[in-house]
This record gives sequence, C-alpha cells and structure tokens, in this order.
Amino acid sequence: MTHSDLETIYEALAQGIDTAGEHAPVYLAKVALALAETLNDAPAALKIIADAQANLTR
Amino acid sequence: MRPKGRGELDSLYFNYPTFAAPAARDGLSARTPVAIVGAGPVGMTAALVLAKYGVRSVLLDRKDTFNDGSRAICIARQSYYILEQVGAVQAFLDKSLGWTTGRSFFRGQQILEFDMPDSADQKYRPMYNLEQQYIEQYLYDAVAANDLIDLRWTSEVTDLADVTGGVELSVTDAQGSYILPADWVLAADGAHSPIRSMRGLRLKGQNFEGRYVIADVQMDHDYPTIRRALFDPACRPGGTVLIHRQPDNIWRIDYQLKPGESAEEATREDNVRASVASVLQEIGHTGDWDLEWWSVYSANTLALDDYRDGRVIFIGDSAHIVPIFGVRGLNNGLADAQNIGWKLASVLNGLATGALLDSYSPERRGATLDVFANASKSTRFMTPPSQGWQVMRDAALSLALDRPSMGQLANPRQMTPYTYGDSPITLADETHFKRGPAPGDVTLDVAEEGGFLTDRFGDGFTVLAFGDADLGDLPGVTLVSLPATGRAAELYGAQDGTAFLIRPDMHIAARWQHVKPGQVLAALSAILTKGAQHDPF
Repeated sequence: MTHSDLETIYEALAQGIDTAGEHAPVYLAKVALALAETLNDAPAALKIIADAQANLTR
Repeated sequence: MRPKGRGELDSLYFNYPTFAAPAARDGLSARTPVAIVGAGPVGMTAALVLAKYGVRSVLLDRKDTFNDGSRAICIARQSYYILEQVGAVQAFLDKSLGWTTGRSFFRGQQILEFDMPDSADQKYRPMYNLEQQYIEQYLYDAVAANDLIDLRWTSEVTDLADVTGGVELSVTDAQGSYILPADWVLAADGAHSPIRSMRGLRLKGQNFEGRYVIADVQMDHDYPTIRRALFDPACRPGGTVLIHRQPDNIWRIDYQLKPGESAEEATREDNVRASVASVLQEIGHTGDWDLEWWSVYSANTLALDDYRDGRVIFIGDSAHIVPIFGVRGLNNGLADAQNIGWKLASVLNGLATGALLDSYSPERRGATLDVFANASKSTRFMTPPSQGWQVMRDAALSLALDRPSMGQLANPRQMTPYTYGDSPITLADETHFKRGPAPGDVTLDVAEEGGFLTDRFGDGFTVLAFGDADLGDLPGVTLVSLPATGRAAELYGAQDGTAFLIRPDMHIAARWQHVKPGQVLAALSAILTKGAQHDPF
C-alpha cells in the first residue's frame, strides 16, 4: 500500500465518521469487523485491537 | 398469568386433571429406597429411570396438578433418547413438532438461516417443541402405569432430617402428616427448591440485566416450525423478540423489556396484549388471536457448588438455573435425572459401590458450567450488557445484511452436546484414534437396516465390538457386534478388534483400538466400584 493509498483511506474514514454522526461507534465497529475478516489473520487482528488502546489520552 | 376472567389453570388447549392426596393411609410411612421431591418433568423422569432398573421410589409433589403454564417448550434430541429409555417417547413423537432450522432478522431483513446438525443417521430431530403440560402429562401417563412408582400429590415436604443410613422426610398432605424414611432423596423441587433452603444451600452465580416476557397465543398462523429471532424490530426498537411454534396452534412469543421498564407494568394484561399485537403485526399476522398465558423471566446463570449434600441429591432447576437461550433448562434437568438414575440404581442393586455417585456432581455441574459459557454468549448477543457489547452486536447485525458470515455471530449454537471427557469415570485412550466419538462423548447413532444402531443398546452398559473383537466374559453387558468395515466402523474410527464401552446414558466410557480379553470387564469394574480413573491394564 502506497502512502497515497493510506491517505485516501484516512480521508474516507474521517468522512465516514462524520456521515455516520451519532452512529459513529457502530460504523467504526463495522469497519473494524469487516477489515479483520478481510485481513484473514486472527492473531494480527487481535494484536491491532489490543495495541489500539495505547495513548488514547495524554 | 392468564387473561382476566380465566383461572390459573383455565387453558385454551389443555384440560388440567386434579389429583388427590393418597386415599389409602396405611403404609405411607414405609421406608423407600428413594424419595423424589417434585413431580415435574425432571422428578418424574428420575422415577422412571430408577423403575427401569427395578428400583422403587416415592414421588412427592405439593401441587394437585401439572404446571400452571407452558414454560419449557424445546426438547433436544438427546432428551428424546432419555424418553425412549423410560418408555414414553411415542406420545412425544405423536404430538410434538420437530425442527432443525432457525432464522434471524435484523430490522425486518433476514440475516441468517441456520440448520442444526441432522442427517439420515439421526433417529431423532435436533429439537422438538411441545408445551410443558403435555411433557408432564405424557411422563405422568408412564409413571401412573408403573407399579414401582408411588406418586403422592398435594404432599409437601416440610422438613427433612439426616439419620443413620438415610433421611427422614416430614410430609404433610390434605389428610394429615407423616414421616417418610428414605435411603436417598432426589430434590427435583425446582428453581425455588424448598429442600435446598432446608439444607441451608444457596445457588451461586450471575444475574443478567435482560428481562423477557414470554407469552403464548393461539392463532391460525401460516409459518413452518422454524425459530425466529427478531433483532431491533420495528415493533420493539432496540429489543429482541423470539417466536416459536408449538402444537395446537399455540405460538410462543418472547420479547425483551426495555431497561427501566418494570416487570409489574410489562406483565399487565393490556400491556402484554399491546406488545403481542405489535409483534404479530411485524410478522404479518392479520387474523384473530387469543392470549393463552404469560410470564416474565430474567436470564440467570446460577448453580450449587455441589449437587450432592450427603444423601440428598439435587437434580434439575433446584441445582442450576440457566438462561433460556440455550434451551438447556429442561434438557439438562432430564440429563441429571438419567445420570443419577442409572448410578443410584447400580448402587441400590449392588452392582456398584457408593463411590460411583461421586461422579454425578462433577459430570452434571460440568454440563451446567458449559451451558453457562454458551448461554452467556447468546445472552450477551440477545441482551448486550454494556455499550461495548451493544455497539459490536449492532455492528455485526448491520454488517450481516451484506456479509452472511457475520450472521453466524447470531447463531445460538443450541446443539453442542456436552462431553464427560474430564469425568473421573471416563477412561482415557491408550492408543490414538484418528476419528470417531471420544471417551466422554455421546455415542453416534447410525442408520442400519430396519432401524438405528442405538436400537440394539441395552438398558445397562453396552459394548460395541467391531470385527473379531475378543472381549472375554461380560456378564450383564449388552453386546452389539458390528463389521470391521462399513459405515459404522468408518464413523467410529474402528478397525478389526475395536471395542467401545457405552454407559446406560449413551456416553462413551472407554474405547480400545484392539481390545484384549478382560479389558472391558476391568474398565467396567473400575467405573462401578472405584468411581475413579483407573488404568485397566
């Protein structure tokens, strides 16, 4: 994946969260579940899920 | 509860009999090998299992008739084998509705259709729906026809005392009070078990948040016997609704209460009628309907630490309360009754030592804990307990509309049979089997000419012997010979000389790839007399 691809995904997620509005948590959960299934690597998905807890606040 | 103007037993489809206390008072205090407290499905099944092995029992119930409504309605395949063993299954087959399929819907759209395991090798369907009154009626018919069972209605146990070699029960009925001495007591007196309180025991575990109203309605409604689960339906935004078909045009509707909705309000007749009407509108039923009965429940996972307290043994809801989503309340209770039934009979008939009874609690409590694990998953899906579970549940349901794989997250997995693999009376394999049911598992049935493999099983232990298995002398054991090749051998992973030792409850006690003479007998003796794991050679 190129840097430009990642930027496109970043922007799509930002717009997606705004579009979902109050449903943003469910929207993001759907994205995460679908990406994890597409990734087809449970240990890798679980590591990302755990790692993402880091640095949520200052 | 029933609609205004109808009595508690005024059913649209079932005529309740009324039973009286024993008229003949002589001999009420005669000692009995087993006193069973509670003549519900579990207590009656225990009495029938004991009677199968020639053991007498006195069955006591404080009521004068069957259960006031239809609570448990789903009977699983393995329970039908139990009903077969006690000679009652035909009435159940004639009336009940077998089913294999469930459908789940999210906001009106189907997201999952699942089929429970079934095939031509299965004698019974994975699940049958039947109202609890009929379950009790058919078991009662078998009990009433059995001379070894002394069923006493309106007979309340008010106290029980341990004495040397037994228990003395104080019994009060409509005509008086008496003491009933018993060698053993089976407490099948339900979720609010008075016996449990008298013994100072408490259920331990978790109460879940979700509460449901269960309502039975009678209507002409055209839909096959398929369990429907409606998630976030228009009739109950954010909630879950379950719909089951029962015989006599009775439909079970379960719907979840909203957080903060009081059970008292929700169970008022006008509210139940309004809720049911909105569900029926959602599923497209436009015709008439009649309200039969309703009740409210919450999902609990509660169990005793030990199902045995000296000579008092707890079976069914008195020992464990499970959430309904796994449909394991009644079914586990029936398995409890069968498990303690054959073990207690073996001890009372002098075939086993008391040590055999020590395996009852680990086996059956283990089954309950397994249900807790599975049912807790279903319960969290049906009734998300926090924001995290709610968000993920909604995400999975919403995704499932486009990705069918996500719909599997809504599969209630009701048919996972429990294994006694860790039981002290299950013998570990000595040699590796490539496939087939393992020690502790329920035996596989196999279709064969004119019937099924299990038709050839005995009431006691059964040995499956493949090919030229040399077993030695095996008194009291039913021998079932099978060819070393063919369908059964394939399913069991068997070769020439393979043997399986099957318990009376169809669980596999031990298996040998190449059995030697005397090995099966040694295993049997270890199970019956040591009640503990033992290497037969």
